[in-house]
Amino acid sequence: MYSTSEILETINMVSHQHLDVRTITLGVSLFDCITDSPKRTAEKIYDKLMKKAGNLVKTGNDISGEIGVPIVNKRIAVTPVSLVSASSKGHMEIIKTLDKVADETGIDFLGGYSALVHKAMTPYEKEFLLSIPEALSTTKKICSSVNVATSKAGINMDAVKLMGKIVKDCAYLTRDNDSIACAKLVVFANAVEDNPFMAGAFLGSGEDDAVVNVGVSGPGVVKVALEQVDGDLTQVAEVIKQTAFKITRVGQLVAREAANRLGVSYGIVDLSLAPTPVVGDSVAHILEEIGLESVGACGTTATLALLNDAVKKGGIMASNHVGGLSGAFIPVSEDAGMIKAAENGLLSLEKLEAMTAVCSVGLDMIAIPGDVSPEIISALIADEIAIGVVNTKTTAVRVIPVYGKKEGETATFGGLLGEAPIMPINRSDPSKFVNRGGRIPAPLHSNKN
Amino acid sequence: MKAIVSVIGKDKKGIIAKVSGALYDMDVNIEDISQTILQEYFTMIMSVEICENAPRFDVIKSNLDELGQKIGVQIQIQLKSIFDSMHNISLSKSN
Repeated sequence: MYSTSEILETINMVSHQHLDVRTITLGVSLFDCITDSPKRTAEKIYDKLMKKAGNLVKTGNDISGEIGVPIVNKRIAVTPVSLVSASSKGHMEIIKTLDKVADETGIDFLGGYSALVHKAMTPYEKEFLLSIPEALSTTKKICSSVNVATSKAGINMDAVKLMGKIVKDCAYLTRDNDSIACAKLVVFANAVEDNPFMAGAFLGSGEDDAVVNVGVSGPGVVKVALEQVDGDLTQVAEVIKQTAFKITRVGQLVAREAANRLGVSYGIVDLSLAPTPVVGDSVAHILEEIGLESVGACGTTATLALLNDAVKKGGIMASNHVGGLSGAFIPVSEDAGMIKAAENGLLSLEKLEAMTAVCSVGLDMIAIPGDVSPEIISALIADEIAIGVVNTKTTAVRVIPVYGKKEGETATFGGLLGEAPIMPINRSDPSKFVNRGGRIPAPLHSNKN
Repeated sequence: MKAIVSVIGKDKKGIIAKVSGALYDMDVNIEDISQTILQEYFTMIMSVEICENAPRFDVIKSNLDELGQKIGVQIQIQLKSIFDSMHNISLSKSN
């Protein structure tokens, strides 16, 4: 029998501190759906996804009801569609099918309209990438990601250049909704194959036929635990570790239970602190609780490094398989503390870039003025990708050049995506660099300084 | 199936009687019970076994919720596994 205080601790984490499991993401391999006919491929994809994921939402809701912890999203991640459609060239049929599956299963997001072009693009992959704006602007729940670099291959700057244009096209096609298509598109370095988080989830080629990956959350729980700490930073790290352990145990339980009930394998738990725009569910507020007046202040990178490391150390023992993006997320529009700091001019794009060197994942959900050139966006992507490539970590860019809006205005996306103040960006021209194209060679992996 | 029932609310007469009566009617066996009054708030934790003939979990949950609303307290039922996961590291069983 547990003590009253232990039972109440768990109940309070849910009712007052926003503890939740952010997502159960069911990865489904589509390799066995490949044919040379667009229609037949789409049919096979529909049948397989409905068979594997038809019960996903009900299963998630059942588990949530039984353990008394909300499971906010149920999602599907598939094999990168560019691989599945390479033979039939039927990506437009597939996007319609995925949209139908997302609708009929009642899931929240479906990821995997993706391509892996970290070294080079085939002619078909280029055609596929150019279809992303239409795919994201004609659907609501489909997400896309493109891996443009790895630490072993270097950076494919032709792809980076193209992504600047694609981001701008996405912004234009959804100009009536604050360019929301850009919120469903991630550009990666060192993309992982088992990520449960959107918009970057896809199921890699080394994965099982169907697998459950779970992303946990709980910045509010960490913040409240830290409110009791009066000691030094060693104690701060210790409390974060212990809290992360408990949060991750919830994720582990849900992952095992969901895999069992769906009859699929259990993949990983992603040790993540993912904020939501709700007050009391902010990563920025944790850094402020540690002792900063505002996120963005000097000291932000150091406190974030401490937080990120302690979350991993606590979580790693709580779960038997850890993977995905694992770390503290800093999406500006999805975090009440980040939004406030950006609005007050205390959090700059440059500081955010520095922060991404010590946490997960990258320049995430950042709104910039709509008239920024595609070349500047490509160069912004290149900078962030270089941080990931050189430091052998995953980094990503999800940036929204909000069509028709200027610095100081606000873009509103709604739901978990939140709202973002439009941030200033350095307008100095990087076009010559971007237009050179080619590849930035892979970095040296020794003599690190 | 083991579960934990927690009852939190302003203290008044008959809470234990009503909650345990409802559990009895649903074929849920109370194995352990502890209660405290913190300030004027009544907190009761019951460790229960949901027996074979009991209704489905979601039915038990909504019945308890309804009862809680009627008597003005918050009643929750959660599988014991969530507390095992968060508060217990034991070498004697797999968690």
